[in-house]
Amino acid sequence: MLTLTVDGKEIQAKKGTTLLKACLDNDIYIPNLCYIDGIEETAASCRLCFVEIEGEEKPVTSCTVPVKASLKVKTDTPAVRRLQKTALRLLLSVHHVDCKNCPANKKCALQDMAKFLKVGLKPGHLQHCLKEPEIDTSHPCLDYYTNRCVLCGKCIQVCLTHNGQPEITFARRGFNTVVSFFGTAKNEKDSCDECIRCVDICPVGALVLKSSP
Amino acid sequence: MNPVNNTSSDQIFSAIQEEAAKRRKANEEAPGCKIHIGMATCGIASGALETKAAFEDALSQRGIEARIHTVGCIGHCYAEPYVIIDHPESGFPPIFYPDVTAGKAKMLTKLFLEEGDPRLEHILGATEENEMIPSVMEFPRFNLEKRVVMEKCGRIDPEDIYEYIAEGGYTALVNCLRRTPAEIIEEIQNSGLRGRGGAGFSTGRKWELARQTQQKDKFVICNADEGDPGAYMDRTLLESNPHQIIEGMIICAYATGARQALVYVRAEYPLAVKIVHTAIEQAKSLGLLGKGILGTAFDLEIEIFEGSGAFVCGEETALIRSIEGYRGMPRHRPPYPVEKGLWEKPTIINNVKTLASVPPIIENGAAWYREIGTENSPGTAIFSVVGNVTHPGLVEIPMGVSLRTLIFDICGGIPNKKAFKAVQIGGPSGGCLPEKFLDTPIDFDSLTAAGAMMGSGGMVVMDEDNCLVDVSRYFLDFTQKESCGKCTFCRIGSYHLLDTLERLTKGEGRETDLDQLQQLSEDIKNGSLCGLGKTAPNPVLTSLRYFKEDYIAHAEEKRCPGLTCRALIAFYIDLDKCARGCDACVGVCPTEAIFTTSNRKKGVDQSLCVKCGECVVACPPEYDAVEKVSPPGLAPIIERPPEPLAKKIVS
Ligand SMILES: Cc1cc2nc3c(=O)[nH]c(=O)nc-3n(C[C@H](O)[C@H](O)[C@H](O)COP(=O)(O)O)c2cc1C
Ligand code: SF4
Ligand code: SF4
Ligand code: FES
Repeated sequence: MLTLTVDGKEIQAKKGTTLLKACLDNDIYIPNLCYIDGIEETAASCRLCFVEIEGEEKPVTSCTVPVKASLKVKTDTPAVRRLQKTALRLLLSVHHVDCKNCPANKKCALQDMAKFLKVGLKPGHLQHCLKEPEIDTSHPCLDYYTNRCVLCGKCIQVCLTHNGQPEITFARRGFNTVVSFFGTAKNEKDSCDECIRCVDICPVGALVLKSSP
Repeated sequence: MNPVNNTSSDQIFSAIQEEAAKRRKANEEAPGCKIHIGMATCGIASGALETKAAFEDALSQRGIEARIHTVGCIGHCYAEPYVIIDHPESGFPPIFYPDVTAGKAKMLTKLFLEEGDPRLEHILGATEENEMIPSVMEFPRFNLEKRVVMEKCGRIDPEDIYEYIAEGGYTALVNCLRRTPAEIIEEIQNSGLRGRGGAGFSTGRKWELARQTQQKDKFVICNADEGDPGAYMDRTLLESNPHQIIEGMIICAYATGARQALVYVRAEYPLAVKIVHTAIEQAKSLGLLGKGILGTAFDLEIEIFEGSGAFVCGEETALIRSIEGYRGMPRHRPPYPVEKGLWEKPTIINNVKTLASVPPIIENGAAWYREIGTENSPGTAIFSVVGNVTHPGLVEIPMGVSLRTLIFDICGGIPNKKAFKAVQIGGPSGGCLPEKFLDTPIDFDSLTAAGAMMGSGGMVVMDEDNCLVDVSRYFLDFTQKESCGKCTFCRIGSYHLLDTLERLTKGEGRETDLDQLQQLSEDIKNGSLCGLGKTAPNPVLTSLRYFKEDYIAHAEEKRCPGLTCRALIAFYIDLDKCARGCDACVGVCPTEAIFTTSNRKKGVDQSLCVKCGECVVACPPEYDAVEKVSPPGLAPIIERPPEPLAKKIVS
């Protein structure tokens, strides 16, 4: 066990864990979307889990930092909050905010973070922009809601880890990036029906079983 | 690996050198004259294939004996297609001719090759010092350059390994085979060579880290992805002198303990791919590559990997992913590729120019290299200078030369008596610098301090008629499309930057736009995962810093000071200058927006005008009557006469 200081408090962490996990395990909340516990190489794509570490010039993503003894960490500085708020606002600016009709309502990572960071669910200055098509229904048992997805990549990662060859993947580039069922054979129906790890891990309500709303 | 059995490698190589010297001598002593034609992609695009065919036709028609020698690019784009004619019998020195079209080729064959008149009005200069014709070396575009990496470009046939060897090629490799890897790395470290792919990381240190790792199966990758819009120096090197790069790769592999290497080159460079392929085959056939290089126990295979042309795949971790067959998305570093790269093996990734700098450093020593350039940025920099300059092209200069010298002395300054406005350095990751930075020395650290970046070496010079808001929009349009889509800031943030810039250029700016641009740019820079996102806001940040007035004019006055944003300009015809009865502009207008006024002059119907500017070009210079203004409201309203009257006058 190692001892490090977060927000003035000493916490214990196992060697080899990431700073993000160490904080979360000690009830210090850091906003995050793309981190999956137990997967060695984190995507570090959501850019929400910023913290400041003494000796580092700029905020760093805590999911990419292995814990070290004597780390001095702050999770609540103006620079950290500014980046987190901007990242969340950016995500919301392309999000179809329709909580009452979404299966993730009340267990949604975006709602939690918005409350924590005191960011409104409406985009503010940023132009609100949604993508087409709204829903990809091409999979035999899953539906994908383009404008709910935050592109954290967790669904792809769990599918890859579990099935070796993922049934879902990112497609297109830049702003138009989506998760796609590219290559999924129709006979995948059974195996997907039994697995649905992707549906379970989705932090929002972007991947849902066909029968649910 | 320890140096092994060098006497034999020396012997093997001297035999190759002898053969190279013999072939060279035979060529030199061959009767008749020699015509050297630049045949890299740039030359071919300007018509070098036609020029070559025209020479061949004319020579055979006239029964003249001459050798056409295809070479790479010498970097003088403004002169393409160019030829150098060496006609000893005429008594003249070798002469450099710019803009040699097929017609000119026929003319030169007849008048110079047959009749001995070099047609001095068509020449740029002689390529050797002589008593008769001024040498090209008298021009700053030639004599202020310092060629290390491009030294042999445009002089040798890239598809003939013997020509490279006859010019001293591969001696650095032979020299290295006599030394220990540690000694070679020390030499590179002492030279102070920094990576030319953009970031400027110490090459010696990278190699040393790779050498020290205990893991086996290391890789060397030459990064020839070159995705910046407007940058083409790596392509030129690959097409003009591939062996210098291959030699650099072999030395790198020997020094770091790698046994496999790859050239990652974009598939959009078909000629480069072909030439590198030939070069690898030729090097193999001479035993300079493959198993037991020059009789030593050192093996190396080099393969080519053709990338599909995504800008982000130039980023080293994305590049590795794409070779592995995945989507080209960067990952967090560390681990760096030297620790965990291709197939999880230690991988040394270097840029084309970095690797091409290695043979000259080994040959001449670290001290020689340090003499060139500055203390912290030794060596040379290669820029592709484009935009509003008289002599665009590839320029290799010692680090530390000022921007002013490069733009005004070497590249001939701004044409058409226009004033300098800005220079954009480093492509989409770089920044725009105003006049007050013209005396900034060109080196890694000074450019970064000014807010720009060495980047890969793209440089766009802009005169007063450029709009910096539009330039930022152009680069953001690029980075936004090329973002891999992985991380939030780059994927969505750059989209909003572009959206805001587009609104500004359309005159739909909002009060909050400038602040939002600034804040969002800072956040994207600090929040993104990889270099693409981290640097994508640079064009916006620097232009906001140095050309704020352009932004304010767009946002508040709906005015474009550079007169380029179409929505914010208008064309009108100055009735005092317009010549009665002339209708040069009428026919060129694609939308028939130009009408005849009641006193037989011309007017522009603003509701039809699409602002293509064709009428400006068509109006005869002696009248010069078409004016361009911003905001559009400044254009005087000229009434279109009622239809029947207009018809009567036209008929
Ligand atoms: C978006 C992006 C694009 C890049 N493109 C290139 C490229 O086209 N060529 C290149 O050599 N390096 C490129 N780089 C830099 C590479 O990641 C890497 O740093 C470089 O190849 C290392 O070689 P060097 O040490 O010789 O500079 C790029 C980096 C980023 C972030
Ligand atoms: S579908 Fe869900 S888990 Fe998959 S990328 Fe989108 S938000 Fe993440
Ligand atoms: S910064 Fe842009 S290109 Fe780089 S990982 Fe993020 S989204 Fe991809
Ligand atoms: S949790 Fe760290 S970047 Fe997403």
